[in-house]
Amino acid sequence: MVTLTLDHLSAHYGRRQILSEVTTPAFAGGQIVSLLGPNAAGKSTLFRRILGLLKGDGEVRIEGATSERPVAYMPQETGASAVLTVYESVLLARMQGRSLKVQPEDLREVDRALSELSIASLGERDIGNLSGGQRQLVSAAQALVQDPEILLLDEPTSALDLHRQISLLSILQRLAREREMLIIASLHDIGHALRFTDQAMVLESGQLVACGTTEQVVTPTLLRHIFQVDARIEPCSMGRPQLIVEAAV
Amino acid sequence: MTAKLATDSVGPSQGGFYRSLVARRQLILAGLTLALGLSLCVDLALGPARYGLGEVITALLTPDDVSPSVKVILWEIRMPVALMALVVGASLSIAGAQMQTILSNPLASPFTLGISAGASFGAALALAFGVSLVPAAVDYIIPINAFVMAMLTAGTIHLLSMRRGVTIETIVLLGIAMVFIFNSLMALIQFFASQQAVSAVVFWTMGSLTKATWPKLWIALGVLAFILPLLARHGWALTAMRLGDAKAESLGVNPRALRLEVLVLVSLLAAISVAFVGTIGFIGLVGPHIARLLLGEDQRFFLPGSALCGALILSVGSVLSKIILPGTIIPIGIITSLVGIPFFLFLVLSHKKASW
Repeated sequence: MVTLTLDHLSAHYGRRQILSEVTTPAFAGGQIVSLLGPNAAGKSTLFRRILGLLKGDGEVRIEGATSERPVAYMPQETGASAVLTVYESVLLARMQGRSLKVQPEDLREVDRALSELSIASLGERDIGNLSGGQRQLVSAAQALVQDPEILLLDEPTSALDLHRQISLLSILQRLAREREMLIIASLHDIGHALRFTDQAMVLESGQLVACGTTEQVVTPTLLRHIFQVDARIEPCSMGRPQLIVEAAV
Repeated sequence: MTAKLATDSVGPSQGGFYRSLVARRQLILAGLTLALGLSLCVDLALGPARYGLGEVITALLTPDDVSPSVKVILWEIRMPVALMALVVGASLSIAGAQMQTILSNPLASPFTLGISAGASFGAALALAFGVSLVPAAVDYIIPINAFVMAMLTAGTIHLLSMRRGVTIETIVLLGIAMVFIFNSLMALIQFFASQQAVSAVVFWTMGSLTKATWPKLWIALGVLAFILPLLARHGWALTAMRLGDAKAESLGVNPRALRLEVLVLVSLLAAISVAFVGTIGFIGLVGPHIARLLLGEDQRFFLPGSALCGALILSVGSVLSKIILPGTIIPIGIITSLVGIPFFLFLVLSHKKASW
């Protein structure tokens, strides 16, 4: 099973330090890890650093991967200006680094990714004509179609309505278990993190301030200090932890 | 709980849709190739002496079956001109297509980056003052000057593009600045040059295929044949570039490196074309847009489609330049703009789907 470990990871834009000394235990496949933190905490930078798009000190250790490109990344930008159908844009993500000839297996993978996210009916639509939420689902399909062992999702639910937020996170939770995939998703909704993610890491001003199981990490004290809200966490009628925000500090 | 997003309730296989899309595009490419062949034959048939299409096809397939004079006229005089129209049309259109792709700008073309303006300035130096930028045979001073200036322009933009913090918008602005600089220099040359030289410069800037020869054709064709596979191997990456740098990067593309590489390759294509036939502005802008309307932006179809559209437009332009005023060959640049732009506007306005 794949594992990902971050060891004293740093990153900077010019002279501005964005990440400093981020160190985590090994995250194993088969689970979802939420990446939490206020705006400009360095969450997107951490993803870019893991992918190697940014240079810096420290090490990203991936062990147990079976493919050459084990990591797929869904950025916040959904990139929808090209004259391409949804089907083509997902195939395009699958084919990067491969030959120009599309194999039947590639089409099967595209079908599978679209079906997993229930957007097969969008296949023939031009990506420029989609709503923000649809674009976000297509973007998720572009990441999934690469059959990754580690999937990095930057705010995957930010443009989705509540129903689709819950559905997408449920699907991701299932896929993580079924495919033994490690999913790291930055989320602004702490309630979603509590409900759907197994572990959480919290960034503030480029530093990792907490890391562990989500229930251990997300506490009223952390919410007050990092997110500046007074909140309680109580079990709901189904026994799941539930976030109740009372006021901004 | 098995979650399901509400976007659709069933997951039909889309592979069939994609296969039919590919088949339709292959058919369009075949149709364009056929139209190109027909246009080439008509172009060869037209001139001071007109021939039937049957005679032209016979001369092409079995040259010894036609009279020596027909063979000389078709193979030695008209063929280089007609083929140059195809090669230059394809080259300019590919250059425009890739500039639009890497700069994510629908207005990008060899003109936008000042490459054509630079070439015009180089040619004008030779035409007005006999200045040769590098030692060259007399017959080649004008194209070589044009080529040198076009590449210097592209090189300047390339060097400036490598600076930290330069965005694609900055590159387009640099190109526009180049256009204005060279336009001013051209005006200066025309101010000081003789009346006869000014006429020659003006004629050159209108673009003309009539100076095409076999050696020039081989050079232009060689460059096209060299660059086309280099661009084709980046097919998936170039398509991803149209999703924006962030998205392309997330798919494993290095947008900055790819942009610089493609900029050099297409500058070379444009420079060679402009050097041999003068400035033909319409093709590099519109050829790719027509290809995009017909074939979308998957580079496996868009790249050959752009080449075919560009070649076809210039070939048809060559035909029209001979028949609009019988006995006179109107400069090709004028024809392509005058006839092509209304056609292009019709296509864009009548097309219901997004064209950019």
